[in-house]
Amino acid sequence: MDTLQQQAGARHAVLHRLIFGIDFLSRTVGHSFAWCIAILTLGTCFEVMVRYALNDPTSWAFDMSYLMYAGVFYMGGAYTLSRAAHVRADMLYRLWRPRVQAAVEFTLYVFFFFPGILALVIAGWGYGTESTRILESSVNSPAGVPIWPLKMMIPLGAGLLALQGLAELLRSWVCLREGEWPPRLHDVEELEKQILMKAADMREKGGAL
Amino acid sequence: MSDPVVALVMLGILVSTIMIGFPVAFTLMALGVGFGYYAYFQPGQAFFDNRVFYLLTQNTFTVMNNDALVSIPLFLLMGYMVERANILDSLFGSLQVALRAVPGSLAVATLATCALFATATGIVGAVVTLMGLLAFPQMLKAGYDTRLAAGVVCAGGCLGILIPPSIMLIVYGAQASISVVKLYAAALLPGFLLAGLYIVYVIGLAVFKPAAAPALPKERTDIAFGQVLLMLAKSFFPLAILILSVLGAIMFGIATPTEAAAVGAFGAVVLAAGYRSLTWQGMREAVYLTARTSAMVCWLFVGSATFASVFAYLGGEGLIKSTVLGMNLSPISFLLLSQFIIFLLGWPLEWTEIIIIFVPIFLPMLPHFQIDPLLFGVLVALNLQTAFLSPPMAMSAYYLKGVAPKHVLLTQIFGGCMPFLYIVIVCMAIVYIFPDVALWLPRALYG
Repeated sequence: MDTLQQQAGARHAVLHRLIFGIDFLSRTVGHSFAWCIAILTLGTCFEVMVRYALNDPTSWAFDMSYLMYAGVFYMGGAYTLSRAAHVRADMLYRLWRPRVQAAVEFTLYVFFFFPGILALVIAGWGYGTESTRILESSVNSPAGVPIWPLKMMIPLGAGLLALQGLAELLRSWVCLREGEWPPRLHDVEELEKQILMKAADMREKGGAL
Repeated sequence: MSDPVVALVMLGILVSTIMIGFPVAFTLMALGVGFGYYAYFQPGQAFFDNRVFYLLTQNTFTVMNNDALVSIPLFLLMGYMVERANILDSLFGSLQVALRAVPGSLAVATLATCALFATATGIVGAVVTLMGLLAFPQMLKAGYDTRLAAGVVCAGGCLGILIPPSIMLIVYGAQASISVVKLYAAALLPGFLLAGLYIVYVIGLAVFKPAAAPALPKERTDIAFGQVLLMLAKSFFPLAILILSVLGAIMFGIATPTEAAAVGAFGAVVLAAGYRSLTWQGMREAVYLTARTSAMVCWLFVGSATFASVFAYLGGEGLIKSTVLGMNLSPISFLLLSQFIIFLLGWPLEWTEIIIIFVPIFLPMLPHFQIDPLLFGVLVALNLQTAFLSPPMAMSAYYLKGVAPKHVLLTQIFGGCMPFLYIVIVCMAIVYIFPDVALWLPRALYG
């Protein structure tokens, strides 16, 4: 009996580690690509400066801008899912018990998540690798800014999302079995959330607000 | 089942899964792929040769190199940096002193602070919670009516999604294929009109019902003019100049929205440095949150692009259009109907979902009713203010409740929001009756 429980416990630990591992991967990739926003900001400011001050516009700024924009949002998709920050109308959802939430979530992930995202991974793979093979570059300017990374991002970002979707599926599986949602990795929070959490915390401790 | 009916089934499944609460971007994508496979099915074709797969990657790529959306992460970064510039205390303090002679000065200063700060950040929740901690207790202490104080904070906090440079207008522009520059010009005066009507209401209330907004004690208003000017110079002007230069550059065609947004984001970092609040921690937070919010908005575009093209291919768009046109509505009743539907959608849904998924259903019908898509966009933007204010789902009210003193009830906050909700509707009526409020500036600037 004891060994059975131990085995169950070990399986449980493996599952949690797997979920956290995927979370960690999505977060790391999302955080890294988030810094594309710095390149986008500085690069565009540089373009504005040289165009107005020196009357000498760059030939790469336009292509750079959507490459970096796509890096920020597209590669941040899985990270956003791992923070449960994709927009959803939770008017009814949040009223349900965790087990009901998990059952609904599990079903919907199977039918309304994986078909679309896997189609994007598979169809995007051919699209991305073809462009990478010929090292496709932009036709917008003679600078020839490479465009294949943009196309290669399609299957990679979608693949990471599919993986994070698997983590979410496992999460709802754990919740179905245990009756409560497993925790998420710590990460930065929106200011209002930080403030609301602090306020709730103060209230609990009976402090004045 | 005929194809247009299949399209309606597709829309029906979408609406139900949205209401159940599944992340919308992926539902859109899955439905687009599933129904698209059916729509483009050709017997004898290999599974992955179905055109829907080509459509999906092509649409995704189009969103990824859509230069109209590039300014979204930049404006978000600007907002998150301004949020972290630690500017709000002194901004509110100086405006409150500058407006001390105005009846209901605390409430007016709250509205003015919210309008300016929300315009720079464009993020509703942060403004409401920050002002809920800062201005709300001060108003209560000064003897203001709880409802009034709550309404002012909630309504003021939402102005940021309306007054340019707002992200909502970029998203609408992308969906309606109209230039963001024109939309900004069109939304500017209506935005100020709404803020102005809020202020007039508060002043009127303070004059006719002084108990709701009592005047401040004499010793708090006795401040020299020079000192007021100095306070404003330290807090109000830097932020106002940042916003005005970003907006001015866009509207006078000096820079593209992307360029102006990049300079604005950079300016916000400089601003934060100027207030000695530029930390590595704050910067990282801003960058990561920018990525998350951009992903939230832009993945919706990825999902909706394929959904919308399959929906149109099956003839769903045509069916809805012919049905609505068959109703022989007058332009005004069409406008009222569409705005009412958007108002109702605002209860359960967020503005992103409404503009990216539902507003495009109305857009193809606008030419028939001779409604300018610019005007329609401004009315939608005004309308969505109500989504944050109307019970039972008003996000603003819940944010404020989360930071308000215990004795403040949610019903009081909702009650306080109601007059402002009516003012939004009055403002929409004014913009409809006098469309020049919205259309004059874009016409004057761009002919």
